[in-house]
Amino acid sequence: MAIPKSIRLEFVTPERAIAHEDVDEVELPGEEGFFAVLPGHAPLLAALKTGPVWYRTGGEKRYAFIADGFAEVTGDRVSVLASVAERAEDIDITRAEAAKRRAEDRLAKPTADLDMERARIGMLRAISRLQIARQSRTRG
Amino acid sequence: MPSLIDMRRRIRAVKSTQQITKAMKMVAASKLRRAQEKVIATRPFAIQAKRVLASIASRVDASAHPLLERRAGAATGNTLIIVVGSDRGLCGSFNTNIVKAVSVFLRENKGRTMSLGLVGRKSRDLLGRRGFPVRFEYVNLPKAITSADAEAVAASGIEDFLSGKVDSVHIIYNEFKSVMTQKVVMEQLLPMAAIETPAESPSGEQTEYLYEPSAERIFDILLKRLVEAQVLRALVESNAAFYAAQMTAMDSASRNATEMLANLTLVMNKIRQAAITREIIEVVSGAQAL
Repeated sequence: MAIPKSIRLEFVTPERAIAHEDVDEVELPGEEGFFAVLPGHAPLLAALKTGPVWYRTGGEKRYAFIADGFAEVTGDRVSVLASVAERAEDIDITRAEAAKRRAEDRLAKPTADLDMERARIGMLRAISRLQIARQSRTRG
Repeated sequence: MPSLIDMRRRIRAVKSTQQITKAMKMVAASKLRRAQEKVIATRPFAIQAKRVLASIASRVDASAHPLLERRAGAATGNTLIIVVGSDRGLCGSFNTNIVKAVSVFLRENKGRTMSLGLVGRKSRDLLGRRGFPVRFEYVNLPKAITSADAEAVAASGIEDFLSGKVDSVHIIYNEFKSVMTQKVVMEQLLPMAAIETPAESPSGEQTEYLYEPSAERIFDILLKRLVEAQVLRALVESNAAFYAAQMTAMDSASRNATEMLANLTLVMNKIRQAAITREIIEVVSGAQAL
């Protein structure tokens, strides 16, 4: 089978579509580490964790944030189904900063009814969001 | 014959009711627009989810995960029906259509043991006391439905299915066809393999997936997500359909009020004319008597 030149990216959340285009390369935060998908990749089902995503068309790289989901790869298509995701330019920095502070406070003084896991996840998401937003903004 | 004052009072009452229905129609119309956008926004995910599921179904066996498993009782045994109604009324036959469809299903499947999961206050009020066990109720949905709401509903269904309390889970809701029409649809949520698989394998070759981290872990997350996506779609569709139904209902109520006003005004004028005529006759006959 000839290797296709580009790969179709379908990047969706239950609430909206993030991307729907042909790209040259996609990098995703898999549960076992980051992996890149190039055209002609073997069929793959991967669980994704919280972290940055980028996809490249030619020399143009675009960033997005993803908070757990999964990716299905077939030879000519990547379907990313995330529960939460945002394009880098849509990230609300002030909100993410507030969320980070809140999570920090909560983790610093744990009370009896504190849901550690939830606070930790909130923290991770906020940090990741901030990183992506800053990265893409300094470069762009 | 009613007195003139009675008629005036009635006209005033109809007028103020009409103002309310007109206002409700406007509100429903603007909310409908937002709800409609939401339906469109959730479609890509639903389409992708279905495609991925079909692709999985063509590659892996139904025994790969409990959520895919078709038990012997899937078509006859214990059944959970998730009924999606609305929280508020004044929406025409929106909720009664759902209840009717549920009743038909219950009648046609007498052999099954049914239990209900009720979403929306109206479906609870209408079906909660029918004598069927109610597994869960979910009322007061927020105005903007998020995936968290769908998760909550889906989780109860999945739990009952996995624990073996029910052998299949169905969801019934109003689908938003257009502003004028809503269609009651019933879908099977679980077991998942029963979802009709679109004949899609262009290349013909079906290589097994690579899994990362493991097939079990992926299926655990993925299948749950797919169920949630389906529930979310049902909730969002039902929400849009509700506003459409309410808008149509309020529109016809306003129109009926206009018609009623015309009739009442006519009657009132007749009464007034009769009173005037009577007075003239009284005056005239009084003058003649002198």
